[in-house]
Amino acid sequence: MQRRRFLKSGLALGTLTPLAGTSAAMEYARPPWMNEPGAGFSNYGQPSEHEKAVIRWISANPAVAGNGVAWCPLHALAGMVTPNGLHFERHHHGVPPIDPVQHRLMVDGQVARPLSFSVEDLRRYPLRSHLGFIECGGNSSAGWHREPVQTSVSYIHGLISCSEWCGVPLRILLQEAGVVPDAGWVIAEGADAFAMQVSLPMDKAMDDTLVALYQNGEAVRPENGYPLRLVVPGWEGVLHVKWLRRLRVASEPAMARNETARYSDLMPSGKARQFSFSMDAKSVITSPHSAAPVQGPGHWQISGLAWSGRGRITRVDVSVDGGRSWRTAELMEPVLAKCLTRFQYDWVWDGKPTILQSRAVDESGYVQPTRETLLSARGHNAEFHYNAIVSWAVDAEGAVEHVYA
Amino acid sequence: MPSLLMGALLVAWVPVWAAAGDASRSGPALGKPMSDASAEVSPAYIAADGRGLPDGSGDVDLGRELFAQHCQACHGAGGAGATADALSGAEEPLDSPWAEKTIGSYWPYAPKLFDFVQRSKPMNAPGSFSSEQVYALTAYLLYSNGIVEVGTRLDRATLSHIKMPNRDGFVRCYPEPEPGDPAWDHCFP
Repeated sequence: MQRRRFLKSGLALGTLTPLAGTSAAMEYARPPWMNEPGAGFSNYGQPSEHEKAVIRWISANPAVAGNGVAWCPLHALAGMVTPNGLHFERHHHGVPPIDPVQHRLMVDGQVARPLSFSVEDLRRYPLRSHLGFIECGGNSSAGWHREPVQTSVSYIHGLISCSEWCGVPLRILLQEAGVVPDAGWVIAEGADAFAMQVSLPMDKAMDDTLVALYQNGEAVRPENGYPLRLVVPGWEGVLHVKWLRRLRVASEPAMARNETARYSDLMPSGKARQFSFSMDAKSVITSPHSAAPVQGPGHWQISGLAWSGRGRITRVDVSVDGGRSWRTAELMEPVLAKCLTRFQYDWVWDGKPTILQSRAVDESGYVQPTRETLLSARGHNAEFHYNAIVSWAVDAEGAVEHVYA
Repeated sequence: MPSLLMGALLVAWVPVWAAAGDASRSGPALGKPMSDASAEVSPAYIAADGRGLPDGSGDVDLGRELFAQHCQACHGAGGAGATADALSGAEEPLDSPWAEKTIGSYWPYAPKLFDFVQRSKPMNAPGSFSSEQVYALTAYLLYSNGIVEVGTRLDRATLSHIKMPNRDGFVRCYPEPEPGDPAWDHCFP
């Protein structure tokens, strides 16, 4: 305990100056947990009891427990992969308690041979892996508001997570069923109480879409679609249909509620963008953040996440002066297409109030837009696909606040 | 104004697996043929133009009763003002800075309202409404949005013929339009 207090006062003085007063004898002293046998084995490991604050935050309809979201605590995570228990959740009517033995995936509609697959069948197929992000189309939607929402980065931008998804290429199942020529769409349906239904274009279905069975090596978690979900790399989350039970091949999209009334982007003209599937390049600083103020002048690590549904992140720029100047941040390897990329930037704070920003560039050359550019093009009512540069003000005390700049 | 997406569309995409020669990879063909997957057996699929709507009918009065009983707690009396999405009562038009999206102002296809209510509602027992009840709720929701008159009874034919005010309010942004296509400016402003 004594040791920890020393560290803390050292931080307050700034880490660029050597820590004063650290007793070597105290540092070398054997801590109590080295003086007794440790705990035994566990069948399924859990995080340290000291990490209990690292949880998803739930925002649900009080009248319907399973309608809402649980935000991923981006501010508390490092690297690029999201632990399975912390992957964001968006359910439209709860998590179904599916028995995998009874569950079936049907492929029907405009096919030569309507087929039914058991989960056991699908586990015998050749699998492919995609390490990538899933982002809800409504992530960061608070950005459309006229005033900056005052809350944690994770409560604004935490509807994104990143996993290794492993599953059967959807193309193989469609080819086995025999898709008729000119069938342009696959209408996917979930086995939840909502009977989620959305339409996926055939070219994407035949390209890199997976019927995922595994998430970071283990069976997909119930809240992420157990036993089967679609994974549609780089495209908005609603297309990654969870608890997948039916794929209906069709010549036209379903025009279902969740591809017309919702998940469409209303433009200032009064017309909406429909089937705006790709998640465009975006980045956000996750540290420092509002619950972890900058504790005095000195050296700090700015860290954050960047991603693009259109390929790899090629560069992230960081500004520590409200956008007047930009410096290139360091990208943490691996840098993969349609995947979260961690960036870091060494910042020496002079103690004066300032604004921190990040700006992502992807391999297509797309540059994450300023808020002004995005809003002048799309107005305030698009609701989905907000991807503008995010600004965090740091005041003289080091407190971090969400601002529009 | 420079397009927010100009950069993205200049890249020629090569599907990863096609490039890797993986497109020919086939599976073990373990799917069981559903030889009886005929139109009679498979669940009705209700298209935007009303194809697939079931027999039966329902009217605004029954719909009003059902709404009060099953929907009002979350959606509010008359369809607005509670915890769930506002279903009716939009005053600001869609091109207003304060646009309001409801069934009446935003939904493009009336038969898909039937489809959604039938598959996803009511909250505590999804999929349990009879066709008559779903026609009635659809009639009431359209009535509360000023789209049909009080006393209206809907069935397959009448529901299929309703043209929603925002029918033409959506521009498809996939397949992604090319520069020069009128949809380009709309999809990638």
